[in-house]
Amino acid sequence: MSSRPGQQTYLWEEDLHSGSHWSGIIRRGTTLRMTDVDGGANVGALFYNHEDRLERYNMADTLKAQHTAYLTKGFVCYSDMGRILCSITEDTCGWHDTVCGVSNGALVADKYGTTRFEEQRNGYYKNGYDSFLNELGKYGLGKRDIVPNVNFFSKVTVGHEGQLYFRPGGSKPGNYVDLRFEMHTLVVLSTCQHPLDPEPSYHPRYVRLLATATGPAPAKDACRERCPENERGFRNTEMLYAS
Amino acid sequence: MTTESSLDPTAAVLDEIVPAGEPWMGVVRKGQHLRIVDLEGNQAVDTLFYSAATMEERYSASDTVRAQGNLYLTTGTRLLSNEGNAMLQIVADTCGRHDTLGGACSAESNTVRYALEKRHMHSCRDNFLLALARADCGLGKRDLSSNINFFMNVPVTPGGQLTFADGISAAGRYVEMRAEMDVIVLISNCPQLNNPCNAYNPTPVRLMVWDAPGASTS
Repeated sequence: MSSRPGQQTYLWEEDLHSGSHWSGIIRRGTTLRMTDVDGGANVGALFYNHEDRLERYNMADTLKAQHTAYLTKGFVCYSDMGRILCSITEDTCGWHDTVCGVSNGALVADKYGTTRFEEQRNGYYKNGYDSFLNELGKYGLGKRDIVPNVNFFSKVTVGHEGQLYFRPGGSKPGNYVDLRFEMHTLVVLSTCQHPLDPEPSYHPRYVRLLATATGPAPAKDACRERCPENERGFRNTEMLYAS
Repeated sequence: MTTESSLDPTAAVLDEIVPAGEPWMGVVRKGQHLRIVDLEGNQAVDTLFYSAATMEERYSASDTVRAQGNLYLTTGTRLLSNEGNAMLQIVADTCGRHDTLGGACSAESNTVRYALEKRHMHSCRDNFLLALARADCGLGKRDLSSNINFFMNVPVTPGGQLTFADGISAAGRYVEMRAEMDVIVLISNCPQLNNPCNAYNPTPVRLMVWDAPGASTS
């Protein structure tokens, strides 16, 4: 499954239904493209080291190392152990939220109303928190393992006094983001709406997943060279896989 | 927003100094007030809360900022749990702004942020891990989610840049919160020497607890 730098080998693709949840193991050297086919999607994402699930995506370390409050091309997602789970190698959207977390059952009921499977069948309203619990439970993980997540395709800016502003239209039809995995990673995704999405109706969007074998970060790489912090983060990551 | 408390320091049922760079762990009961005093100014106090009754319920930074639609914590902020319940509410604040984005320092993040040679330096995560291990309460690394940094100033610009700015706290400033449920408080009085979060000089803080008005004094 190894690839030469620059070479991309098709692995698989799958559509992720609107308002659904998904998890999978994405290996070091695989790039996952997420495409917001219709525009306006939100993908809540958590990342865990597949070989040690105590090591996980860390919002604060990601933001501090790169002096940013949002993610786009050139940034990486750090674990709490000073390593890089994945790098953002392409992004046509431009802004992915890192601070707002996910919706929960009470928020969804309050915004969109109460639904039950008995009446709505699979159209019942999902929420991000329960979606994460559903996927994490498959690996023996649970509430203790939920940390602040990334919200891909959602733009939330911060005012001078700290006000949070959700920016509708942050993601256009066909926008995509590429995550190149630098570690063997358990990826947990939810396509529920962003918790600050002002749209009054329940209207999550689907996304398309495409996995290709690209190899991990080469020696000369925009994410690696973005800042000295990232060079050290890649050094820490490569130590783990040195053999 | 800065607001003062009317509580009488001589009536506090707990009054302790946490030296620079040390952890502290304790229980604050529903209705009690917890005050943290920045004795010498610009001292980051990394803090986590767990429900004493159900420790899987714990402070959630993202729920807290999302619910109030604001990134900074101050008077009126309800510190929410992962279950969406108010754990505590900030009722007085003479500093005006506290951070919950910046997380806690660790040996590993020090290697990324500063230099590989900084790995050996004391960190908040070491404080958290040691306090939890000593307490032998079933909590550990898995339970270290994004914390609050009282007195720390981490402004985010409208363009999305995040900076560690000089503190806006000063000697004697305090934050006070009322517990809305019985909570376990886990504190690391931050030992970070590599950035301005402690003005490059970690200093002690004072913790004070008052009983709820009308509570029995048994």
